[in-house]
Parts: sequence; structure tokens; C-alpha cells
Amino acid sequence: MEFISPAAFAKRSVLSVQEYSLLSARSISNVFQRPRYVADTMQQADLIGVGSLPIVALTGLFTGVVLALNYSPTLERFGSLSLTGQLVSLTMVRELGPVLTSLMVAGRNASGMASEIGSMKVTEQIDAMRALGTDPTKKLVTPRVFATVFMLFFLTILSDLVGLFGGFLYSFAVLGLDAYQYWNTAYQILTYNDVLTGLVKPIFFGFIISTVGCYYGISTTGGTQGVGRATTQAVVTASVLILVVDVVLAQLLLSLR
Amino acid sequence: MTLIDDDDNVMDTVHKTIIFDDVKITFEDQVVLDGVSFELKRGETKVVLGAAGSGKSTILKLCLGLMRPDSGHIYVLGRDVTEMSEKDLFDLRGHLGIVFQESALFDSQNVRDNVAFRLREEHLPEDEIERRVRQALSFVELEDAIDKLPSELSGGMRRRVGIARAIITHPEVLLYDSPTGGLDPITSTTIIELIMKQRDVYKTSALLVSHRLQDGFILASHYYDPALNHMRPVDGKPMTDVHTSFMVLHDGKVIFDGTAQQLGQVRDPYIREYIS
Repeated sequence: MEFISPAAFAKRSVLSVQEYSLLSARSISNVFQRPRYVADTMQQADLIGVGSLPIVALTGLFTGVVLALNYSPTLERFGSLSLTGQLVSLTMVRELGPVLTSLMVAGRNASGMASEIGSMKVTEQIDAMRALGTDPTKKLVTPRVFATVFMLFFLTILSDLVGLFGGFLYSFAVLGLDAYQYWNTAYQILTYNDVLTGLVKPIFFGFIISTVGCYYGISTTGGTQGVGRATTQAVVTASVLILVVDVVLAQLLLSLR
Repeated sequence: MTLIDDDDNVMDTVHKTIIFDDVKITFEDQVVLDGVSFELKRGETKVVLGAAGSGKSTILKLCLGLMRPDSGHIYVLGRDVTEMSEKDLFDLRGHLGIVFQESALFDSQNVRDNVAFRLREEHLPEDEIERRVRQALSFVELEDAIDKLPSELSGGMRRRVGIARAIITHPEVLLYDSPTGGLDPITSTTIIELIMKQRDVYKTSALLVSHRLQDGFILASHYYDPALNHMRPVDGKPMTDVHTSFMVLHDGKVIFDGTAQQLGQVRDPYIREYIS
């Protein structure tokens, strides 16, 4: 393992934050500049959105089931088993839907972006692209960022719905709750702020996943070993950032109530 | 004579396509280029020789603005690339072509899409793109490989696709980064013949980085005969100027810049050892 001085470590860290911030800013400003790579954006939307559907649906379903399963004994103890729908609904929409969907997409796509762009970097394909007069941030980064933010928004809504359905399955089949009661309480408990929270979070998380994945890809050095390292770092950093930003957003959005 | 307009750094480029003026670049305390100055005339092919790590490939990346020097100025087609923004550099790079050492083909795209990359970026009609891609592949005699992926090609074929990709827009300057590196002698000669063809048919200016002296000597001693579709030795034929010069780098400095004949007469011990 390489040992570096604290000063060099601090410098490297500040430089990384600066480069990440610049890349993120360019990924947004590119949206308003030509050329726009619509076909690349559609392809990425397909890869990220449609490709992530199975894992997002499965995660949502089992989360809904396990929420109903874990909390029903406690609710039953207080004679409030009928509130299972409320509990699943609030937890899925406000918190677990956005966070778990984002973590799943981060594991699948931040790693994919880092490894794909990283491989291009170490084989000089990024330099070749620049030499051919094409801006890699426009061709590679912006389509991924736009596609991830857009698709994660809808994946989260889908995950919320499938989670609610999972909770319903357990409540109806095992707990013997009435279907109307479950769906009615699940719907009634949600306020405007809950829905807003659940829909704002994936926008930020999608941006984090894509920019972190692209940043680690584009700054890859050190051959195939470097690609592996970039891939791991992208997933870890994106996941940690999602959890940290989740706390900040939860606090901010709660204060809007 | 060069004329520099201070307002927009535009120069007279009738005679010179690339000018390096006292360029210095350092990587992590190691001086790679130390006060390098040279000129590439229009229509000239300059063979840049030097040991591994002498900064040959760095010169090409500096020309394209892929790297910035610590000091000095680099004029490419009359524009000072050291002063240009990345956005302006993308426009300038449209007038240059580069063949990378390991080809750097886009591995998820087939040969057609690799060669057509630049034309697609310019949003040309598909039939025009197809015609020009086939023309470029025909130049490198690789039309049959149009639907293959880079992973299905040999090293020499990949290098030829790289050349086709570089020449498809008829650039004013071509940059070759060790185009024969890692290839067998027969394939190397094929690649050199293609570079010669580009030089003699289209009169394109070129910087060719190599550590193989024989590549340079073949270029300096042969010309491309379109009638034969083959190269032929100059053998003192009158009116046959192959416009090829040599530059040798050592310890980050230019220690020789001249013709093949002058290179053969140099007394410098490092160069004598290098060419022997």
C-alpha cells in the first residue's frame, strides 16, 4: 500500500472535489449547448431504466412484504393491525422507495459507467474522441446524467407502487386484512409533503449516481487494475453520498411541512 | 516569415503548419520536454526519433491540445493552442488527424462506425458517409473488414483502420504515434507505404513519431508511384523530393533537426549510436 503525506492527501482530495464539481457543472451546462446526443441519451435511458426494472421491482416487492411482516406483530399488540397499509405506504414513499431504488441503481449503473468510461480512458479512446473533435463530457457524461435522473424518478415511483403491492400481498394473504381498508389507509395517510419528498430525492440521487460513476470513469488511471479500482470506488462513493444527502434532504423537506 | 496578429493569434500558415517555440513540460518533477523548438513545413513529413520516454508522443498530444505545456507556445495551423479554450480546440482538431500507438479504436463500434465517427458528428447524410467510409477503407485496402469489430482485427489491420479514421476528413496535418510499433516487418512496411501514399498523393503535412529508424529511412528514400500502386526507391531521380526530414530527441531536447543526408553525417556520439 502506498503511504502519502497528510498534505499531499489533502491536496489530492481537494483536487478531486474540484474536478468532480467541474464535471458535474459541465454535465448540466451541456444540456443547454449543441451538439445534443439524443440517440445516446435514449440508449442510456434504455440501459439504465429498462435494464434496472427487474431488480428495482424485486427490491420494492420484497421491501413491502418485509415491512408488513416485521411491523404487523407490533401493530397487532396495540390493536392497530389495520394501520399496516399506512406504515408501508409512508415508509416506502418517503424513505425506502427512493433510497433502496437508488442504491440498487448505483450498484448496477455507477459501476457500469465507471468501468465502461474507465476502459475507454485507459485504452486512449477518450483521447481519441477529443482528438476527433468531440467533447467526451457532451457525448458520454451528459447523456448518462440526464438518462439516470429521468429514469430514476420513474423507477422510484414504480418501486413505491410495487412495495405497496408487496405489503398488500402479505396483509391480505397472511394477516387477513381487507383489501379496501389496506389501500384506503395507504392512500389517505400520504400528504403533499410525503409525495414531494419521495419525488425530489430520486432527482438528487440520480445526479449523484451518474456524476460519480462518470467522474471515476473519466479519471481512471493504471490500466485494468485501475478500472477495477474505479468501479469499486464509484459504487462505494455513490452509495455513501446517497445516504448522506438523504439525511440532509429529509431534514430540509421536513422543515417545509 | 511568420506574421502574428496579437488580436486573435492568427498566423500566416502558407509555409508552416506546426511551430513549437521553446516548449517545456514537466511530469511530477521529471522534465519531459525542455525548450523544444521546431517547425513543420506545409507538405513536409517530419520523423521524430528518440528513445522510449523521450517525449515523442507528448509532442503529438501537445499539438492537439490534449496536454498543456508549462511554458512556450505551440502554433498549429496558425493558432496558438496554448492560449485556446477547450471549445476552440475541438474546432481546430477537426483539421488534424491522429493515428494512436494502439489505434485507440472505439471497441464497441464496428469498423464502419469507427471510420465514420467524425462524419456522423458533422451530421452528414448517411449515403455520403457510406461513400466516404468505403473510399477511406479502400485507401488502406481494408474494405472487406467494414462490418467487423476491432477485436476481430489483427494489430496491423487495426492500425490501418486508425489511418482510415484519421484521413477521412482530409486533414491538413496528420500525426502518427508509433504507427508500426509492435508490428511484424511486412505489416510495418505496409503501414509505412500507406503513410507514403498519403504524403505523395494528398501532400499532407505529417509528424511521425517512431523509435524505428528504418521507418524514417524508407520514407526518406522512397516515393509512392500511383501507376504501380506501390512505393519505389528515389535512387537520385531528378524532381523527386520526398519532403521528409528527421528530428532526434534526447533528454527532452532536440539534438538534431535536418534531412536524412545530414543525419548520416552527424558526429554526435548519441546519434551515431542511435542510427548504427
